[in-house]
Amino acid sequence: MDILTYAFMQRALIAAALVGITAPAVGIYLVQRRQAIMGDGIGHVALTGVALGVLLNTSPVWMAVLVATIGAVIMELVRSYGKTRGDIALAMLFYGGMAGGVMIINLAPGGSTANLTSYLFGSITSVSPEDVTVTAILAAFVLVITLGLRRQLFAICQDEEFARVTGLPVRVLNLLLAVTAAVTVTVAMRAVGLLLVSALLVVPVAAAQQATRGFAATLAIAVAIGVIVTLSGTAVSFYVDVPPGASIVLLAIAVFAVFSLIAAPLAKKRARAAVRAEEGCTLEVPGAVPAARKPADDVGVGAS
Amino acid sequence: MSGTDEAPAVVSLRGASAALGARPVLRGIDLTVRRGEVVALLGANGSGKSTAVRAVVGQVPLSSGELELFGTPARRFKDWARIGYVPQRTTAAGGVPATVREVVAAGRLARTKLKWPGKADRAAVMTALEQVGMADRAKDSVGALSGGQHQRVLIARALVAEPELLIMDEPMAGVDLASQEVLAQTLRTQVEAGATVLLVLHELGPLEPLIDRAVVLRDGCVVHDGPPPEAVGQHALPGHDHVHPHADAAHEPVRTGLLT
Repeated sequence: MDILTYAFMQRALIAAALVGITAPAVGIYLVQRRQAIMGDGIGHVALTGVALGVLLNTSPVWMAVLVATIGAVIMELVRSYGKTRGDIALAMLFYGGMAGGVMIINLAPGGSTANLTSYLFGSITSVSPEDVTVTAILAAFVLVITLGLRRQLFAICQDEEFARVTGLPVRVLNLLLAVTAAVTVTVAMRAVGLLLVSALLVVPVAAAQQATRGFAATLAIAVAIGVIVTLSGTAVSFYVDVPPGASIVLLAIAVFAVFSLIAAPLAKKRARAAVRAEEGCTLEVPGAVPAARKPADDVGVGAS
Repeated sequence: MSGTDEAPAVVSLRGASAALGARPVLRGIDLTVRRGEVVALLGANGSGKSTAVRAVVGQVPLSSGELELFGTPARRFKDWARIGYVPQRTTAAGGVPATVREVVAAGRLARTKLKWPGKADRAAVMTALEQVGMADRAKDSVGALSGGQHQRVLIARALVAEPELLIMDEPMAGVDLASQEVLAQTLRTQVEAGATVLLVLHELGPLEPLIDRAVVLRDGCVVHDGPPPEAVGQHALPGHDHVHPHADAAHEPVRTGLLT
């Protein structure tokens, strides 16, 4: 375990673990709302923030948090108000954010696109002690929201209209989720880079839900997968000398593949059991069951 | 259940107009539901019945007219736990699996709001599941349920907050006979306990004996408000066609896709 004797690796592993916990904890809500691509969009917009930080000679990370938050709030407003051309508006924001970053970084004195590389692809081994503190504070904020309000966030992502009728402050919760996603993206930026951030938000969740039946279980397993792949990916990159972002994301995809392979026969078995249970119920109905009713009955189970 | 003219109005919609996009869907309808009444909103597809109930629960803005809930102007109404809403089944589908218990527990948020749920809240979830005969499926994924079972879960989600007024949008659409029986029985129990019910129906069907009054819409106008139309066969309403909402294609037990 010589890896733990280096201070820079200790910091890297702490940051990696924090990213591994927070990214799936936010990502699950985006996946639930079928908005998995949002993390990618925020990543693009965050690039403008990084470049602004370099240009204004302030902290690129805090500028990225600020700009990504503004971008995420705009995306949320487009989602909730804009009905028809929402995808186009989001595309403008994505590519505008990316182009803005490249433009601004080249305007900065002595700045060039090379300055962005560590943010685009991650550089977890260069995490400073101050970075660890900032990451820990931001990760704590993300966890308080995503775990503390998980029932409320589950409700608004599962069925937004119903959630509004329960009287929940749906608009506030949606904006809070957007801000939390933006914070998470900037936290994860150091580990996996802006281009791969979305993978860490989405892939552990996608892997976990191969094997789960419920939301809480999916959340727990996704966070566990997140921590395992960020820690082992960081360790791999120490020994093999590859960028950690790449090894983390490829490991996550490998976990997804393994879960899919294991879970596919399991899910089939479960579906067959459900169909059998169904038949049992239908037979108990007193009187004849009109044949025409049957297809509608089976839709949730058998359709493909 | 009849003769409730003196009972206070729970829902009062007066001269309500609403549009979806540029298309006017409601053209000045009046709809009053008094406490203890069971009112069915009938009409062909596109007649505006679904829009009417969505306007009642504040999900479609009125371009003109007035809405009062429990005697309070809708704009100032805050007491949402008094209303149990069962939307059309198409709206409830997430990209992550959820258990029956988790979905029903979401309905309890009408009472707990931002607070942590307690013992009473967990007990209420189980009670609601028992009411619709789904307690044994509490830990199953909603994606593994049939249309009728899914509908029962959505009704449990509405009942879990112990509402006084139930608003249901096409609760019988695409529901198998066994589940129809359970739903009718659940509704009967609620009505006997004093609940008020406003429901959108495509046809009166097995709920007919429960219904005190029917309001029939056509092209966004009320064309009948009174006793349930007699001898209306299952499929005799104007413009009848079978459209049963199924969102379940993207909601199956076998998950192979990543994001879809």
